[in-house]
Parts: sequence; structure tokens; C-alpha cells
Amino acid sequence: MVRSRARSRWNALLLLPFAGLLWMPLYAREKPDLFGFPFFYWYQFAWVIVSAAITGVVYRLTSRSE
Amino acid sequence: MLAVFLSCIALVAAVGFISRRWWRSDVGALEAWGLAGRQFGAVITWFLIGGDFYTAYTLIAVPALVFGVGASGFFALVYTILVYPFVFLVMPRLWTVAQSHGYITLADFVSGCYDNRWLALAIALSGIAATVPYIALQLAGMQVAMEALGPIFGTHASGWPLVAAFALLAAYDFSSGLRAPASIAVVKDVMIYTLVIAAAVWIPMRLGGYGHIFAAAAHSLAARPVPGYLILPPTQYLSFATLALGSALAAFLYPHMATSVLSARSARTIQRNAIVLPAYTLLLGLVALLGYMAIAAGLHPANANDVVPLLIVRMFGPHFAGFCLAAIVIGGLVPAAIMAIAAASLFARNVYHASPRQEARVAKWASMLIKLGALAFVLSGRITYIINFQLLGGIWVLQTLPAIVFGLYRRWLDAPALLAGWTIGTGMGTFMAITRGSVYPLHIGGLNLTAYAAMDALVVNLAVAAVCQMFLRPLARIQGGGEQPRQTPSSQVKLVVDDSH
Repeated sequence: MVRSRARSRWNALLLLPFAGLLWMPLYAREKPDLFGFPFFYWYQFAWVIVSAAITGVVYRLTSRSE
Repeated sequence: MLAVFLSCIALVAAVGFISRRWWRSDVGALEAWGLAGRQFGAVITWFLIGGDFYTAYTLIAVPALVFGVGASGFFALVYTILVYPFVFLVMPRLWTVAQSHGYITLADFVSGCYDNRWLALAIALSGIAATVPYIALQLAGMQVAMEALGPIFGTHASGWPLVAAFALLAAYDFSSGLRAPASIAVVKDVMIYTLVIAAAVWIPMRLGGYGHIFAAAAHSLAARPVPGYLILPPTQYLSFATLALGSALAAFLYPHMATSVLSARSARTIQRNAIVLPAYTLLLGLVALLGYMAIAAGLHPANANDVVPLLIVRMFGPHFAGFCLAAIVIGGLVPAAIMAIAAASLFARNVYHASPRQEARVAKWASMLIKLGALAFVLSGRITYIINFQLLGGIWVLQTLPAIVFGLYRRWLDAPALLAGWTIGTGMGTFMAITRGSVYPLHIGGLNLTAYAAMDALVVNLAVAAVCQMFLRPLARIQGGGEQPRQTPSSQVKLVVDDSH
């Protein structure tokens, strides 16, 4: 039985995607490009995967606190 | 092409009708019709929630936007990334509270939390008003796809294919409720994944690779009368970020999204889905790229909305094109069905206040009327008009955020304050969207604060609510103690994570 997960510190990790994707000056540029994709675009695709990974990690970490 | 298209539709229709037999449950009629008895496991929930997001409208509108303006259109990708951490954190809690109290709709939840009829009504009306144009847009997206099949299908004059699709939608919706779109969601998503992956691999091969596509797009966008941009310019930073954040926060406040969440078997199911649903987001990214592919392919459709069907017909052989167009049409049927169910449930429970015995029946009829309304919208042919309503809907839905999120966590704001905030927020957002559009150019003291009106409205909403709350406390004391502060339902219910799943 898990105590409210909202109080777990690990949930703060879930803020990372917001920081990474809403601060535009961070990634609104063309270089460095990857496989023909400008930075602006492959950065976003990368975050899809990173964000899912972070969520997965938080899930694991907060499950273990049982 | 037509033959393949029709057989796909027929298959899907059959699945929809057979689904009556699945997920049988003994629960009260509306819970069975509207939430399939809360029985959906992780896999079906994944398809259902994914199905909500990746709709005919998404497949048509996002590439159209990217085709039209470039980088700005990718706010859709960013927003679908940000949605899931938010869902992971907030939705399981909502599920648990809803399940323990038997809530079927978000307005039920608000009603239970705050015990205020007006606030619950506000939430219900916001949801319904936001959903109807969204359904209309699905139908419009379906029509665009069907028109690409050729002259038989469709000039504006003959809306009959759309009416046929509508009839199909109505029929299985009536009999099976949420089970129908859930079962079809699986088929639909398989089809859409196939379409998008094929496009993402095959089309660049024909056009000379992604590097070339981006270069061609940049070139073409810059040469437009109103230039588009491949890389987001600083003037659009704030609008992009607020569009993404606002859409992410609003996404699960839409009735149909809430329905998909609440129909899950457990809170844990939702969490696990939040981890894996981003697969759909990757797909959305590829869908957005279709807009650039269309530019690189030298397409010049009369209307930007025709970009995807045109690309499909030009780039794929007739059989696969028929399959793809069917995928888009089915991609409209599923969310339209879910949206209608969700809006109808809201109406039956929270606006009409039907008795438990009548609920399911009222909801079914409401669902029919809502779909008819949406159909009328589309057949009137004014698609720009519909899109404007949908953008407005997003603004309305976001104003329900304070009531729901604070209801789940800390009760800092009471119903009257929330209502005041909601009223001002909704009014202001509506005014902004009607006068200058949903991205509102705001200039304060030399600063360019052009942003998504929904976020502007939300900020004002919260501010107004906070101010009202400050006045409420002393007033309550003057009235001799005022009401007992209500306990958050969530504090009464420990967050139970079901380990058996």
C-alpha cells in the first residue's frame, strides 16, 4: 500500500520535460543537426523518449517505497 | 481504392456491433454504457486514450498547420509530450476518488468535492460546449478523407457519405456504448500506425531524404506572402510555449479524455499507460512531418486541410491509399463516438439530473442529439467557423482546471471563488478569441506577450479566484463561523494502488 505518491520527492523529476521543452531559447535553432533533422526537431523527438523514460523511472522509484 | 476503403469500413462496423458481447458488467446502466463498467485493462486503455488523441482531426489538422506556418505547428508534438507526466501524476488520483465515490463525470467529481450546483454545472457546460465542435471536426476530417476517394464521394453538395458514417456511429453507440469505440480503437490504431510508419519511411525515400525535405520546406516557407518558419523565431517563443502548456493541461479535462481515464480498471493501469502512451507521441511527430513532406513534394492544395489525403493519394498506390483513407475515417469515428458518449453522460447526470433509472436512456438520446448537432455544423460547410469554436472550446476547458486540480489536492479555494474565477476566465478568454483569435497579441509596456488566450485566461482565473477567496474568509467568519471546511475526498481515501494488476 503506497502513501500518497504526490508527496514523493521523485515526482519532481516529472518537471524536467516541462523545463526542457518550454524554455524555447534552449532549442529553437538549426544546429547541430542529426540525420538531416534540424536541432529544433530531433530535440523534441528525443524528449519523447526521455520523458517516457523519466516517467518509468519515477514509477519504479515510487513503487519501491511500499 | 474504393473497394479497399469500403471493406475496411465494413470490417470495423462489424467489430463495433459484436462488441456488445464484450465486457459485460452488472453495474448500473450508465456506468456500463458510459464507462464500460470500469473494466478496461492496460492494453485497451492504452488504445482508448491513444485513440482520443490521435484522431482524424489530428491527422488532418496538424500537418495542415505545419504546411501552412511551419515550426509553430509543432506545438502539438510538445504538448503531447508534456501531457503524460501530468497524467501520470494527477489522473490516478482522480481515478481513485472517482471510483470510490461512483463518479462518472468530472462534474460529478466537482459536485462531490464542493457541493455546489453552480460550479458543477459550469464544469459540465464547459465540457459539453467544448466537445461538440470537436466532434464536428472529426466528421469534417472524415469528409476531407472521403473526398479524396474521388467524385463519387464527394462534393459539398452531397453529404451522404458523411451521413452514412454518422448513422453507423449512432447505431453502435446506442447498443454498445463505450465498448464499441474501445474495440474499434484497436483496429483503428493499428491502421493509423501502419499509415504513419509507412509514410515516414516510404515518402522521404521518394523525396530524397529528410535533410532535403527540411531544406525544401524552409525555402518554400520563407517565400510565402506571409512567411512561415522552419525554426521558431523569437517572436513566437511565448505563443508556442503557452500553446503547448495550455493544451497539455487542458487535454485531460476534456470529457472524453476523462471518460477514457475513468473507464480503466485501476489507478495503476493509468500510471503504466502514462509511461507507454508516448509511443503515440512519436507517431504524432511523424504526422506533423507530413506537412513538410507535402511542401517538399510540391503540393498545392486548394485548402490546407486537404494536404494529407492529397499526399496519400499522390505518394501511395491505390490499394494502400484506400487503406490509409479508411484509417483516417475510422480515426474520426472512434473519438467522435467517445466524445459523444462523454458529453452525453455529462448532460444526463450533471445538467438534466436524470434519475439513476433514466440516466442511460437520457444519455443515449443526448448522444444522438449531440452527434446530429455536430453533423449539422459540418454539413453547413463552414469549416473555419468550426475550428474557431474548437479553439474556443480549448479555452473553456482550461478554465475548469482550478476546480479539478485543487479539488484533488489542496482545498485552497472554495466554490464561490472558483466560480468567480471561472466566470471571468471564460468570459475573458472568449472575448480574446473572438476579437483577435486564440493566440492573442498582447503588448504590455513594450513587451510582446503574444500568447495562447487560454493561458492568459487561466492566469486571470486563478488571480480572481485567489482574490475572492481572501474576501470570503472574513465574510464567512462574520456570518458566524460559516460552513465547515469540506474535507478533500482524496484525504478521506488513501491512495490505494492495486497490486494485483
